[in-house]
Formats: sequence, C-alpha cells, structure tokens
Amino acid sequence: MLKRSLVKLSAALTLSALSFASQAVDITGAGATFPFPIYAKWAADYKAASGNAVNYQSIGSGGGVQQITAKTVDFGATDDPMSGEQLDKIGLMQFPAVIGGTVAVVNVEGVKPGQLKLTGPVLADIYLGKVKTWNDPAIQSINADLKLPATQIIVVHRSDGSGTTFGWTNYLSKVSADWKAKVGEGKAVKWPAGQGGKGNEGVAAYVKQLKNSIGYVEFAYAKQNGLAWTQLTNKDGKSVQPEQKSFAAAAANAKWDSVPGMGVVLTEQPGADSWPVTSATFILLYKDQAKPENGKAAVAFFDWAFSKGAASAAALDYVPLPTAVTDQIRSNWKANLTAGGKPLLN
Amino acid sequence: MKKTQYSWHDAAFSGLTRVFAFLVFSLLAAILFSLIYGSQETLSKYGLSFLWTNEWDPVQAEFGALVPILGTLLTSVVALVIAIPVSFGIAIFLTELAPGWLKRPVGTAIEMLAAIPSIIYGMWGLFVFVPFFQEYVQPSLINALSPIPVIGWMFSGAPFGIGIFTAGLILAIMVIPFIAAVMRDVFELVPALLKESAYGLGSSTWEVMWKVVLPYTRSGVIGGVMLGLGRALGETMAVTFVIGNAFRMPGSFFAPGNSIASALANEFNEAAGMQKSALIELGLILFLITTVVLALAKMMLLRMEKAEGTKT
Repeated sequence: MLKRSLVKLSAALTLSALSFASQAVDITGAGATFPFPIYAKWAADYKAASGNAVNYQSIGSGGGVQQITAKTVDFGATDDPMSGEQLDKIGLMQFPAVIGGTVAVVNVEGVKPGQLKLTGPVLADIYLGKVKTWNDPAIQSINADLKLPATQIIVVHRSDGSGTTFGWTNYLSKVSADWKAKVGEGKAVKWPAGQGGKGNEGVAAYVKQLKNSIGYVEFAYAKQNGLAWTQLTNKDGKSVQPEQKSFAAAAANAKWDSVPGMGVVLTEQPGADSWPVTSATFILLYKDQAKPENGKAAVAFFDWAFSKGAASAAALDYVPLPTAVTDQIRSNWKANLTAGGKPLLN
Repeated sequence: MKKTQYSWHDAAFSGLTRVFAFLVFSLLAAILFSLIYGSQETLSKYGLSFLWTNEWDPVQAEFGALVPILGTLLTSVVALVIAIPVSFGIAIFLTELAPGWLKRPVGTAIEMLAAIPSIIYGMWGLFVFVPFFQEYVQPSLINALSPIPVIGWMFSGAPFGIGIFTAGLILAIMVIPFIAAVMRDVFELVPALLKESAYGLGSSTWEVMWKVVLPYTRSGVIGGVMLGLGRALGETMAVTFVIGNAFRMPGSFFAPGNSIASALANEFNEAAGMQKSALIELGLILFLITTVVLALAKMMLLRMEKAEGTKT
C-alpha cells in the first residue's frame, strides 16, 4: 500500500517536473557588447511570442567565453570567433548570429556623409601616423572634387578592448603589410597614433567634438550621431558606401565553410558590392548539453530569431544573416548537438 | 572598576566595535592579497622592471606601467598646481573678506560642487570644455608658450583639446571644493586674538593670512591638500573622458596620455591572460601609490608638529 502510493507520488512528481520544464525555460547568455541591442530586442519579442525568457548580459566577448567555459550560462557570445582547435578543446560549437558594419567617420569642414573616399592602405597610413594632414596627396588625389584643409588629422580609436577594434585592425592588417608588421590585430592593440574614446559612443563623441578628426564606429552610431562616414574601396577595387546592401553582400560572398565553427572574419571579402569592414558576431553552445531543456530553448530562440527577427535587426542597423547561412546553421545544430550521447534535436 | 549587572553588555559592545575596526584591516589585507595573487603572471615575468617599461602591446602580450603611472602622477600634479592657489583664495575670501550675507551662499555652492558625481564632470569636460579649449584657448597657449626655451616643449604639439593638461584641469575643479572646504574650516579655527593682534600691529590682510593664519593652520591645510590628492590619484570616469587614453609617452602637457584608473576602466572588460594580470598589477601600483602618498603626508605632519613643539 505504502509502496504503491510512493510510486504514484514519485510518478506524479516526475510528471509535474517534466510539464514544468516544458512550460517555460528561462535561459541565460552572456558576452559580446556589440550585439546587445539586437539580442535584447529579440529576447523581448521572443518573450511576447513564446513566453520563454532569454536573459542576455553584455559583459564583453572575453567574459562570454569565460562564462560559457565555466558553464554558468546556457550560451556564450563573442565578436572574436574562436578557432576550431579552441572549440574542440572545450567541446563547443559556434555559429554566427547577426552581422554589422564598421565605418570610418570624419569631422572635416564641408565634408558630408558618404562624400569622402578612402582606400584601405590610405586608412592604414592615417592610423599609422604616416599620413598626417587632410590635404596629403594620398587623400586629395582620390578626392579631386573635395577641397580638403591643410590641418593635422586627429586620429581617434577605441580605448577599451572591443570586437569593433578586432574587426578594424583585422581589416587594416589585411590591406597593409606595414600595419600587420608594426601593429597587428586584436581587441586592443598598441596604437601608433591618436587618442582613445571609450566605447562606440566615446569614439563618436570625440569625432563629433574634435575638428579634423577621424574615427571608426559601428554604422548605427555614425547614423545616430549624424557623423560623416566615408566610402571605402573594397577587394574588387570598387568604392562602396556603407549600407545594408553592402554589408549583406559581404556576408553573402563569404565562404562560411572555409573555417571551422563558421568563424569567418568578414573583412575584405570579394564581390563588387561588399563593404570591406563587415563583421559577424558569434554564439557559443556546448555540443553535449548537460541540460537538454535549456539547450533546446537556446536553439529555439535563435531559430526564431533567424526566421522572425530580420526586420528588427534591420531597424537597429544590423544585417540579418543570408538564408543560405541560416540553413547551414540549422543543419549544423542537428548534426552536432547532443544530450547524453543522443541527438538533441530530431 | 566596579562591576555592574551590565558588564557583559560592555564587554560585548567593546568586542563588537573591535571586530568592526579589525574588519577594515582584514579587508585591506584581503585586497592587497588578491591584487598580488591576480598579478602573479606579470609580477614573475617582469619583476620590478614593469614599473619603468614603456610598452603596452596587447597583441604581442608585452606590458609596462610607465605611461599610466606617469599619467596618474602628472594629472594629479597639474590638478594640485591649479587647485591649491584657487582654494587658498576661496578660503581667504570666505573667512576674511566676504561680507556676511555672501559667506553662506558661496560656501554652500562650493560644497555642492563636491557632491556632483565625477561622470558629470567628465561629460561636461568632453562636451563643453574640450571643444571650447581646443578652438579658442589652446592654439594661443601653444603659440605663446612653445617658443620659450627650456620649458617650451611642455606646451608644444597640436591642439587636440583632450590630453594630460585637460584631465588635470578637470581634476582641479573636482578637488577644489574639498581643499577649499577644509582650508575654510581650519582658517575659522584661528583665534580672533591672534589675527586682531596682527591687524593691530598694522599688518595687511595678506600678511595676516600668510604669516599668522597659514602657519597656525599648516597641518590642517596639508591634510586638505592630501584629501584632494587622494581623490585626484584615483579618479576614473572624469579622467577617462578627457585624457585621451593613449598608451604613449606624452610629449607635452597637451598630448594624450593614460592614467592607471582609466586604463583599468577601459581595458578590464575584454582582457584575459597576461593583459588581465598586467591590469591587476596596475591596480596594485595605484594602491601602493596612494598608501605611500598618505603615509608621507602623515610623516610630514608629525615632523612639523615636532618642529613646532621645539620652537616654542
């Protein structure tokens, strides 16, 4: 009698636990600051649509990797893709979530957004401190229609470690051997010239305040602050404007399979329309999920974001991933994610 | 001593207060320990040479603390050079010269300056002061001062608006209320008899302040200056906004530099490995600098009190 009631009780308990789990799973993610606005927007919309909450803490890419390694969060987020070797060591899978564009912004009297043309090597020379004035022949020769002043260029860079700086220095390393040898790429580097502003907003504020300055920010900050962004010459030799179309072109033209964990750095991609300083931001998940419900919920969230979140991404000046890429990510989930040796998704 | 029925209350109370007092000590020790523990990597790799190495390259993982140490000290020196005379003037005005109806509002206004959060000073500095300074003040300062031999290099360079000097100036505005308030309070403690005797002998206000009031209040004034210096050394947000955050040796007072506190605020978020260790060691250095400065101030005061004791 007692035994039977115990069995009943435990069965009831298991059942209620199961039903509780399938009702609402709150998942937590942490990491990169650059995609925070869109992840927060997606989380709010997803909560309204499905009832499931996603709590995202923008603590920085380094923090995201540390937190997922320590298994304190359900997913990590990083702007700086991990290598296949690092991923395998910890047992993580990686996929891109959204794309953004970094633009050069200038504060030169009479220069309007999109007017000034720059090339990668000239940009690298400005940031190396070699091209010192705005009317330097290197700049003036490609901008015959603009009258540039003989004033010193004030170089502004990020003072904090950031994924934006990683993309920017990665680009400069690709277009200038000199930059690659002297400075290199990273979330923070040893800047040969200029001064640093904290965060995108800090750089935007410096460029806005300081006459004759040049800086680099995420496109959204350039637009919101009314800063004069420049055109850049891409790998195909075409001068392009930063806009949704050119960011999307870079993502579409990238060879996502060429790097393990889809960790492609989207700078200097081929294609006539490609914006050269585009970057993706990445999500990290454990391949073997200790808590299958949380793993499924995380996958469901990004699945929803890929199919329903494109409009809100565009509204915040991010670029949604091309369908071919999201299809690839979905099949990667199916192939790689497991729970206790069995596939997590079926 | 007579034992009362409440004696255990007294014992418990004294024990409790002792615990509170020692809590501070153990906190200090714990902070020091965790700073040393966190900076092991750079401590063992560079040793003392970390202090005078001018290198901060996160890509190559090479670090040295010279630039931020120099930036911290230079901005604090600039701040004190500006703040001490101004505070002295404010305190003289408030205690000796201001009419009674003006003392209170001016005094309150200065105290309110001390209550403004530092980030407000930083934002004001960047959005209001820097563009004004860059456009209207700095070019003429550079033109006037840089040709002077020997000291001209200190004021050379392009007018960026931001840099060591601007950071020092913002810090000066931030520490003036502290120093001025302490100075005013100690000046008011000077016995009227002393001052009136001096006035009676025909001294001017300046002579009274310089020869009677200041010597009488010296230790209090130095205490106020040290309070200001302590704030200037550790100030983070306001400095980060206007110092320029560049890890290069500043060529002049108008060049961008970096301070320890702003380097920490900037880079800690995304730092890992060696860089994190280097940043924690910077924190350790700042901790030691402030401790040494405060200890020196205390020693100076003690020596002065001794000297005064022998004189009279």
